Amino acid sequence: MWTFLVRRLWQSIIVLIGVTLISFISLQIGGDPTYLFVSENATTEEIERAREMLGFDRPLHVQYLSYVWNALQGDFGSSLSYRQPAMDVVLEAMPATIELTIFSLVLAIGLSIPLGIYAALKRGKPIDGGIMTFAMLGQSIPNFWMGIMMIMFFGLYLRWFPISGHVPFLEPLFAGEFREAFTNLPQSMYYMIMPALAVGTYTLARNARLVRSSMLEVLQQDYVRTARSKGISERRVIFNHAMRNAWLPVVTMIGLEFGFLLGGVVVVETVFSYPGIGRLTFQAINQRDIPVVQASVIILAVIFILLNLIVDLIYARLDPRVKL
Amino acid sequence: MADTTPSAVTPPKREMSYRRKEWLRAWESMVASRWALVGMLILIIVTFVAIFGPWLAPFDPNRQNIMMRLLEPGTPGREDLTYWLGSDQLGRDVLSRLLYGARVSLLVGVAAIAVGGTLGTILGLISGYYGGRIDDVIMRLGDIQLAFPFILLAIMFLVVLGPGLVNIILVLGIGQWITYARIVRAQTLSLREKEYVEAARALGDSTFSILFRTILPNIIAPLTVIASFNVAGVILSEAALSFLGLGVPPDVPTWGSMLSESRDHLLSNKWWMAVFPGLAIVFTVLAFNIIGDWLRDFLDPRLKENA
Repeated sequence: MWTFLVRRLWQSIIVLIGVTLISFISLQIGGDPTYLFVSENATTEEIERAREMLGFDRPLHVQYLSYVWNALQGDFGSSLSYRQPAMDVVLEAMPATIELTIFSLVLAIGLSIPLGIYAALKRGKPIDGGIMTFAMLGQSIPNFWMGIMMIMFFGLYLRWFPISGHVPFLEPLFAGEFREAFTNLPQSMYYMIMPALAVGTYTLARNARLVRSSMLEVLQQDYVRTARSKGISERRVIFNHAMRNAWLPVVTMIGLEFGFLLGGVVVVETVFSYPGIGRLTFQAINQRDIPVVQASVIILAVIFILLNLIVDLIYARLDPRVKL
Repeated sequence: MADTTPSAVTPPKREMSYRRKEWLRAWESMVASRWALVGMLILIIVTFVAIFGPWLAPFDPNRQNIMMRLLEPGTPGREDLTYWLGSDQLGRDVLSRLLYGARVSLLVGVAAIAVGGTLGTILGLISGYYGGRIDDVIMRLGDIQLAFPFILLAIMFLVVLGPGLVNIILVLGIGQWITYARIVRAQTLSLREKEYVEAARALGDSTFSILFRTILPNIIAPLTVIASFNVAGVILSEAALSFLGLGVPPDVPTWGSMLSESRDHLLSNKWWMAVFPGLAIVFTVLAFNIIGDWLRDFLDPRLKENA
């Protein structure tokens, strides 16, 4: 277990170094990055002063090392529009984004597993065709359009769900206000249900297909046939024998899905004016607030890497074939 | 030059008929799956619109007309012209913008895959054929990229580079290379040990010729399948980036940017601004996904998804 853990941690560190390198390159790729940090009508002297202050006059490798050093301390410079450290601005928005990501993952996985299993068991029947058509469609709908359509139909027309806003759950939880957190929980979920579905539709659709084909494959295996021939009830064959093995490809995908969900969150938060990192990034893009964009992207990448690490550890526990 | 002995003439003829047979088989399989036929039909329509959009569009997609703002679909305009799909907040015709938008979506989708596919294929061939340290470096680079949500990467680069067709094609294309590199590498690894590759080597063919004339033609099939799904993915990414204001410049109509503009008019129920561009994206992406599914089953029945 320890070797696996150490190896996996080491990989994550390499990836993190890669992330800092990529974000550093992205700053430099458009030429002198000083221009990204000064106003459009800055004088030559002002630009010169900014270049010196920001350290862009130093050799590239020195710039990179100091970039990494600062990034390690969470210092991405000051936000150009909020007049406080970019990292603080991003961290403030982080709990809301984590809530939304996890909720949409839970919704997507929770719905895709029964749908996929049901389709596999009803293979070739109209209900299977229906679920698979829905899955195909779900993989073709842009998440933000899904959000817009839900706002129009369920929000404005039927008035079932709020079209924007957010009730915090993690924030009071982290602050130790457990009572407040859990009184907030139902409201929080009520506000999140539309954005979470919009973010999760793609994952839901893809996983339903995956569960179905994985289940179909497992159902043809010898051990399932053996179990059936022993006269074990169909319910037990499915839940005890087939599903345990059909699980593994799904868990592997969950890690990859986080990347997708986080990417989706950035766009969907904007649609629902949801106060997370996504909407913040969108505003920062429009105001060309580079420090905030950089800090957001890196924080999202770190969240993604950490979640992936956790998923891998869970996977190692689930699948005895993974050497621990 | 004119060698007319029967033995020299027959082989090309046989090849022709073999090809024709393959096309026929493809057509039959497409008709049999019905969905694939629908996908193909949508694709043909979108391609037609992308090419002939400027002639089909009733209005100049950028012509603003304050008198004709936010008209409902079907409202007649001046000069016998009708706003079939309504007009937007600047009085521009939604249908015309939609027709022009097909261009950007399709162009970005196909060009980005061409960039990413070529880059990935070359790197994959090199990686798989030579192995060793160069293989290690290429694959680790890919691992780093895959460990990073792609859209974030695109955002980071496009914010600095600014919007533009070439920028978005390059960023989306480079984002895809590793998918191709991995597949090509795996296939090359197994193919390089095959007899016909060894034969080519023994005959003194150059490495370039072995890679591109002997190995590459044998791995085109899986690449085609991936490319089809990938175009769908890239079109979705382009729409998302345009929605965020990071796509092509604002004067080029795109489906993503049309949706972005529609957001401000949701509360006043200007539904046509949001519904039509979205449907255009859904149908186009759906078509590529369906064709990808069909291609996978057709080209490699072993991969068939337990249908």
